[in-house]
Amino acid sequence: MDRKEWPLWEVFIRSRNGLDHKHCGSLHAPDERLALQNARDVYTRRQEGVSIWVVRTDHIVASDPDAKPELFDPAADKIYRHPTFFKLPKDVDHM
Amino acid sequence: MTPHLEYLLRIGDSVLILGQRLSEWCGHAPVLEEDIALANVALDLIGQSRLVLTHAGAVEGAGRDEDQLAFLRTEEQFRNVTLVELPNGDFGRTVLRSFLFCAFLRELWTALAASSDEDLAAIAAKSVKETRYHVQHSGEWAIRLGDGTEESHQRMQRALEELWPYTAELFAPTAVDDMVSAAGVGVAWAGLRTAWETVVRPVLEEATLEVPTGSAFLSRGKLGVHSEHMGHLLTEMQYLQRTYPGATW
Repeated sequence: MDRKEWPLWEVFIRSRNGLDHKHCGSLHAPDERLALQNARDVYTRRQEGVSIWVVRTDHIVASDPDAKPELFDPAADKIYRHPTFFKLPKDVDHM
Repeated sequence: MTPHLEYLLRIGDSVLILGQRLSEWCGHAPVLEEDIALANVALDLIGQSRLVLTHAGAVEGAGRDEDQLAFLRTEEQFRNVTLVELPNGDFGRTVLRSFLFCAFLRELWTALAASSDEDLAAIAAKSVKETRYHVQHSGEWAIRLGDGTEESHQRMQRALEELWPYTAELFAPTAVDDMVSAAGVGVAWAGLRTAWETVVRPVLEEATLEVPTGSAFLSRGKLGVHSEHMGHLLTEMQYLQRTYPGATW
């Protein structure tokens, strides 16, 4: 028998008003409405959230983990990109 | 038994028995997500029954608590509608039964929020939020399976033909309904039929399912006359308290 697996969805939950949606896991569901329902049932059973986003996993464009050296390592020695690198005049130094 | 108590038992027993049926899916649902969802619904229903049966025990005034009412009554003392005691069947039949009953329950809780019985009104106000979700969850599945593959459609159509005749009991008028509605304690279930059909028929239509035409069949679970499935269900549900009376944990 031909078994078609349900697509994978990533679930983002906002725990309280004013906070960001945070990635909390993934699940399988046949379509977006049931993905939302499943997310409610699987991830908000203990009052974890007030809002849910679901996104199909294959709609997420992700960086290549193997590209870490060229993507992220070069930022390591650019300390002047941090505002704290710059010495401010004494009068405003406590910003 | 007073009409007030009888009416409470019809509600408390119906949600208890459907909760028991749905809990049979725990560990057996087709996917993990639905396993959790069905267990959630079952626990919601059992939670509702605990509140109603505790209140029923207080109304009875004979010192019986929720556990004694749930686990130490005999088959003919249960007042749940027959629909909820029928075997689950496959997943499709399970969600269809939940949809048919919970759509009714949502109308009932909504109406009972205005009950003159303040405890019942408070239970209804709390429960209606849960039941709204149960209707949504089971309704979405009914649509997808009814309007799904050829096989899922056939199974859902067969399930509807088997279950639909049992929905007549929900709205069959009884003297208890008349007395509690006259007292302002409850609403007559017969009066909820139009609202129920307004919810149920469009969903079944979207599910491409054909509603059977009316028949003269009328189940009588709420009068204490149950199907052959009820005894087996109680045997399992009541096993622990029957075998180890008074056991707690």
